[in-house]
Amino acid sequence: MKSNSSKLYLLAAIMVSLLVSFFQDQINPYYFQIVIYIGINIILATSLNLINGFAGQFSLGHAGFMSIGAYTAAVASSMLHVSSGNPTGFLVLPVALLLGGAVAALAGLLVGIPTLRLKGDYLAITTLGFGEIIRVVIQNLNFLGGPRGFIGIPKLTNFFWVFSVVSIVVFVISNLINSTYGKGFLAVRDDEIAAQAMGINTTKYKVVAFITGAFIAGIAGGLYAHFVSYINPQQFSFIKSIEIVVMVVVGGMGSTAGVIFAAVVLTILPEALRTVAQYRMVIYSLLLVIIMITRPQGLFGKRFNLGRFFSALRKLRVSS
Amino acid sequence: MSELLQQVINGISLGSIYALIAIGYTMVYGVLRFINFAHGDVFMVGAFVGYYATPHIMPLVGGSLILAGPIVLLLAMIVCSILGVTIEKLAYKPLRFRPKLTILITAIGISLFLEFGGQLVFGPDPKSFPTLFLSTTLIDSQNLVLRTTPIVVIGTAIILMLLLRFIVMNTKLGTAMRAVSFNQQAASLMGININTVISFTFVLGSSLAAAGGILYGTLYPSINPLMGIFPGLKAFISAVLGGIGNIPGAALGGLIIGMTETFVTGYLSPTYRDAIAFGILILILLFKPSGILGRHEAEKV
Repeated sequence: MKSNSSKLYLLAAIMVSLLVSFFQDQINPYYFQIVIYIGINIILATSLNLINGFAGQFSLGHAGFMSIGAYTAAVASSMLHVSSGNPTGFLVLPVALLLGGAVAALAGLLVGIPTLRLKGDYLAITTLGFGEIIRVVIQNLNFLGGPRGFIGIPKLTNFFWVFSVVSIVVFVISNLINSTYGKGFLAVRDDEIAAQAMGINTTKYKVVAFITGAFIAGIAGGLYAHFVSYINPQQFSFIKSIEIVVMVVVGGMGSTAGVIFAAVVLTILPEALRTVAQYRMVIYSLLLVIIMITRPQGLFGKRFNLGRFFSALRKLRVSS
Repeated sequence: MSELLQQVINGISLGSIYALIAIGYTMVYGVLRFINFAHGDVFMVGAFVGYYATPHIMPLVGGSLILAGPIVLLLAMIVCSILGVTIEKLAYKPLRFRPKLTILITAIGISLFLEFGGQLVFGPDPKSFPTLFLSTTLIDSQNLVLRTTPIVVIGTAIILMLLLRFIVMNTKLGTAMRAVSFNQQAASLMGININTVISFTFVLGSSLAAAGGILYGTLYPSINPLMGIFPGLKAFISAVLGGIGNIPGAALGGLIIGMTETFVTGYLSPTYRDAIAFGILILILLFKPSGILGRHEAEKV
């Protein structure tokens, strides 16, 4: 992807989200909620894709980082809220989000350094374990509301914030992966021993992927907390992690466009199928198995990427 | 003192159930080199077979607990063996030569399918497990209550593990299993049918998990379709702690995890019950990844 044109797309995307956010009150609140969830799920799925898809480290604890970001941002904004006395302060949300992301990244570092020496199955189960430990710890912290949850978070998340973050995250991740540095992630995924032999510091790459993913998941958590205005530890159980994993696997590990598409479809699908809601997790589990047996590269596979998507778009525009 | 004794009894009975499940994890790992995440849910299905079978079995044996217990146990073991082999044939066999990650995701998918499929079939609400084994109080002093249930649980677990040891060490199929676990390729060149051995491994592992499910239901008589998640994870941790691939190690690890969990619940705080096992897992993976009894395996390029 040409860097300049992708920057233009980024700018355009942010402008569009700003524009839409002026009209967000006129959108049906139910549809609006789904759209916001789509955005948050895109952020979560693309960030997990960086860890699972690009760096090849199978993590099952993404909801844990999301919860850390959500709680940190919630605490930060309620404190800023009190001190500034200005509930609509424009800077409250970004500061809270960045703080949430930073603390989640710190947690990612703490979790990543010991666990990333592990491989495959062990890594999956340890990250799952960390996700659960984070949940148990939050449940035992009374100043965060414990199992009752954290209430009264200012409702600051709007269309602009969610979709600006979506655009930035997609922009950063696709550029990172296509950069010289980013090729290291793919090398670690494809053959760790060969990558090491070529002088790549594999542990460092894994930790960087993990921290970046955790940071972004933390921001998504902050956006989520400021949208629903009430969070409790149960919302971030390993079921949530599994949902994100399903999006990545269905979309195709290592395919940003595929993962975005899967995040959109898998957010809308349960809403459209409300009458059979009890089948949702059964369908998800079958999806995982069937895709792994018949099409392990995901619905789109690695060859479907944003660069091709955009260049196809450009060609379309030129020819018409 | 008697409180300590009480905790030890609870710890050993919980630990022997973890040991039974852990053996299944470790055997499948030994033969196929992957972690069968769905194993904890086979354990759950075992408990539900007991729940649904008991009302039918009881009238047949005239309400005799001495007969009903073993019959239900055997039935659950048979049903779960079939389930285990079916899972292996449908989901794992087509992927045998694919990347590890593919099999891992499939195993997670199967596990979720059993959990949430179970919620659809059995209903999500907890059910009370019927009394299957003799349950009377032997000692009832101030701090020590000794019932027959833990004795039945520990006794059954010991009998099953001895039986397993006999099968693995003294039968032809057991020898074949050990050969496959030692070197799959060489074993197949020696004329061992790998598919039979793998199916047999799943039969053994799943039937032990089913027995674990029945015993768990006897010890904690409230069962639900998600009950397999945490015992499954803890049993997996036990298998890693003992050295994955090593059967006595899995039994030892199960006992250690069961004891630790009981002591944390009894003396510290029950809320950290589920976190402590993961703490142990992280420590063991950091300091001795091969486990207590495991042997170190060099990675080949």
